[in-house]
Amino acid sequence: MHDKTLTELSASLAAGEFTSRELTEHQLGRIERLDGALNSFITVTPDAAREAADHADATRARGDAGPLTGLPVAIKDLFCTDGVLTTAGSRMLANFVAPYDAGVVERLKAAGTVSLGKANLDEFAMGSSNENSAFGAVKNPWDSTAVPGGSSGGSAAAVAAGLAPAALGTDTGGSIRQPAAFCGITGLKPTYGRVSRWGIIAYASSLDQAGPMARTAEDCALLMNTIAGHDARDSTCVARGVPDYTAELTAPLAGLKIGLPKEYFGDGLDPAVEAAVREAVTVYESLGATVREVSLPHTHYAVPAYYVIAPAEASSNLSRYDGVRFGHRCENPSDLVDLYKRSRAEGFGDEVQRRILIGTHTLSEGFFDAYYKKAQQVRRLIRQDFLDAFQDVDVLMGPTSPTPAFDLGAQKDPVSMYLQDIYTIAVNLAGIPGISVPAGFVGKRPVGLQILGTHFAEQRLLNVAHRFQQATDWHLRRPELAEENA
Amino acid sequence: MQWETVIGLEVHVQLATQSKIFSGASTAFGAEPNTQACAMDLGLPGVLPVLNEQAVAMAVQFGLAIHAEIPEVSVFDRKNYFYPDLPKGYQTSQMYDPIVGPGEVEITLEDGAAKRIRVHHAHLEEDAGKSLHETFTDDTGRAMTGIDLNRAGTPLLEIVSEPDMRSAKEAAAYLKSIHSIVTYLGISDGNMAEGSMRCDVNVSVRPKGQAEFGTRAEIKNVNSFRFVERAIEFEVERQIELIEDGGKVVQETRLFDPDRDETRSMRTKEEANDYRYFPCPDLLPVVLDAAYVDHLRETLPELPDEKRARFQNALGLSAYDAGVLAASRETAEYFEAVKATCGDAKQAANWVQGELSGALNREGLAIQDSPIPATRLGELICRVMDDTINGKAAKQVFQALWNGQGASADEVIEAKGLKQVTDTGAIEAMIDQVIADSPAQVAQYRDAEPDKRGKMIGYFVGQVMKASRGTANPQQVNALLKEKLDALC
Repeated sequence: MHDKTLTELSASLAAGEFTSRELTEHQLGRIERLDGALNSFITVTPDAAREAADHADATRARGDAGPLTGLPVAIKDLFCTDGVLTTAGSRMLANFVAPYDAGVVERLKAAGTVSLGKANLDEFAMGSSNENSAFGAVKNPWDSTAVPGGSSGGSAAAVAAGLAPAALGTDTGGSIRQPAAFCGITGLKPTYGRVSRWGIIAYASSLDQAGPMARTAEDCALLMNTIAGHDARDSTCVARGVPDYTAELTAPLAGLKIGLPKEYFGDGLDPAVEAAVREAVTVYESLGATVREVSLPHTHYAVPAYYVIAPAEASSNLSRYDGVRFGHRCENPSDLVDLYKRSRAEGFGDEVQRRILIGTHTLSEGFFDAYYKKAQQVRRLIRQDFLDAFQDVDVLMGPTSPTPAFDLGAQKDPVSMYLQDIYTIAVNLAGIPGISVPAGFVGKRPVGLQILGTHFAEQRLLNVAHRFQQATDWHLRRPELAEENA
Repeated sequence: MQWETVIGLEVHVQLATQSKIFSGASTAFGAEPNTQACAMDLGLPGVLPVLNEQAVAMAVQFGLAIHAEIPEVSVFDRKNYFYPDLPKGYQTSQMYDPIVGPGEVEITLEDGAAKRIRVHHAHLEEDAGKSLHETFTDDTGRAMTGIDLNRAGTPLLEIVSEPDMRSAKEAAAYLKSIHSIVTYLGISDGNMAEGSMRCDVNVSVRPKGQAEFGTRAEIKNVNSFRFVERAIEFEVERQIELIEDGGKVVQETRLFDPDRDETRSMRTKEEANDYRYFPCPDLLPVVLDAAYVDHLRETLPELPDEKRARFQNALGLSAYDAGVLAASRETAEYFEAVKATCGDAKQAANWVQGELSGALNREGLAIQDSPIPATRLGELICRVMDDTINGKAAKQVFQALWNGQGASADEVIEAKGLKQVTDTGAIEAMIDQVIADSPAQVAQYRDAEPDKRGKMIGYFVGQVMKASRGTANPQQVNALLKEKLDALC
């Protein structure tokens, strides 16, 4: 059951091969048996899942089932879920039960999906390894000595390990695509404004975007049909028609113009990763696509610009965690300043504190113009780079990450960790969509191919990714889990 | 040395929207603490702001009313600081690109001259909640602070003037002008006691003739016209004394204590916060197209200046009357309703400023709370004008209506028998009776020099009016008495 894709499971439920309750029990059983080692969930909600599954089966019995009815999903613990612990991977919110559902969670519930629980993540989505979680690191299902990537590491690991057929992630600088690449699954970061941010615990508001993580592009398309669309509660969410993302999946790729940004194939790229990506490009050529080199000249400014803008927004977004109304409060504060200082020092982990400090500094009087304003100018140049490139090509391709998953504990220096996101970060700054698809292995560890399109080109990206998955089987490989065999 | 005072005001006006500026929670005043605070107002994780279009329209209306530039694009910024009644840890405001650009407000000085006060800009922002320092204790009886977030997110329009005012009186006049404009527009109830209008006052002094400004002190949160005057007067005196004693004014924030009638230092410039303003990434820039602004311009109500001019020019009121009646929207509306009913602007003006205003003042009532509705007063005036009652009886009718005795002037007139007696025969009968009853007075009248008789007739008029219980037409009584008495001479 757990080897099936979301699309296959949808068909099986429709055909009555098994019920949602049976599927849900199967997934809960796997979580029970396997997640002790992986740590991909912070909270599992078996009772609510069973109830939702029964409800879905009843809906199906009435003949009212939709394509997602009864399908289990995992939800990154950055989405607020009504009545369920919502921690953001932080000690600060270790006791926070959200009183409402995020916009996309509402949509998934309304579509009849069954939430299995809340997936582990880097604290407040800040990290590229999932090691910055107050609830412990997540192991990569392909190699228990490797990280699953981050920040949506729990979501990626849960899908890769067959604990959930699909998951919701969020992507601020690569947090869907990089863990998808590290865990050998498919992850789509939609255009900024395509999916509602209402109820997503904010990291960097101008960059955060929710998206699907699943085995295949087809599965991502199925989820996008439900989660994409306008939400009046998010002023940055665009009121724009939502296409059927599954409709153009099999459109032929003959004549597709692919650009390979030369900056994405330079220093620091693992040769084995490069080889896998170039091999994938030849698959596209065999499908009728043409390939040319393009340039995104401001690429090397993306990481510095991001690490000004994202921490600046984060420093403000995380001010509400002050120990006054909810979340962690220190014991016996002596006065108001003591309450603030100790609640925040105890509640936030090192990386979160580091980014709050960076952001507070860059917004300070006398530094604002030199840092924040300059970074916004750079951001416009980066966006223009992409728009210029899309004048000549339909999609851009390159590695999702310069290396495969690195070892747990290997990245000690924050800056070298930040540079892991060199290929993904510019995409968030530009607001364009990107998808990572499995494209091979280096040893036991998966490699991701990143495909980028212009704003609102998700349908095209899913089509390009799906055709690749029809021609390859990287996405069908499954990790061998030691505990599964034991 | 001669000193000159320089004053600039930052007026915070609470906009009368139904819901908050970035959430759907109600803005009604006086609800139980924290019953009008939704997830957004509590700053819960994951919530996002959505701008209230009504607040935008109100801000633009204000801008149009002060002839300000309305920029096409305005931007919300976050002002970051920690305080328990600031749930998100930042206030959403407009630092760099406000919704209303430079404009001006006209004030009337004591000598009747007009002066223009420039407005630097006006911007939209959200209010914070309230810290309640009284009445709360924990289990051990230690004092605690309560937080009420009902007010958090209430829309404010902050109107920032140029330092154009030169006296406490000018500052108060400016504040009254702003009050009058926002209440005329209906964009605020202007209720200062409930905090719908609050003001920060920047005050400095300089030797008369000096071009540069002195160092200013900012007095925070002054919440009445009277306090503004008093706070400025105190602060000016303090600064002058300080300088004359060889000291220097430091740039600082001060608080006005109305009980002790003084200002006290709150924090100096060195202790000031760095608010780390930056554009709010959750809100899009507000883009106002010309058609939207034009539509609001066309639907602007008549404003105080225009109304005053119309009262003077079209209704023929004196400059003073026009000024008093146009000063507040409520008074103007009341007056216009009275005038519409009775058809005579001068009579309406006299009654509103005379009898009604006196009664309201005695009982400390606002005109909109008058127990006599405007149309009732208009009907009463009609009865004077059509000679149904005389002026004396009218005052009795007014008092009866004020006390709730009777639903209309006619009803009171009827019930109390105040209808004016104009029947010559009836009046003559009363006069004859009075003359018959007053032989001594008649004799005096007869013996007096003719030019002294005019004064003596007053006694007889009084007797006749008394006999008629005030209802006889005084002019007729006068004329007939003179005729009859003179006939006896």
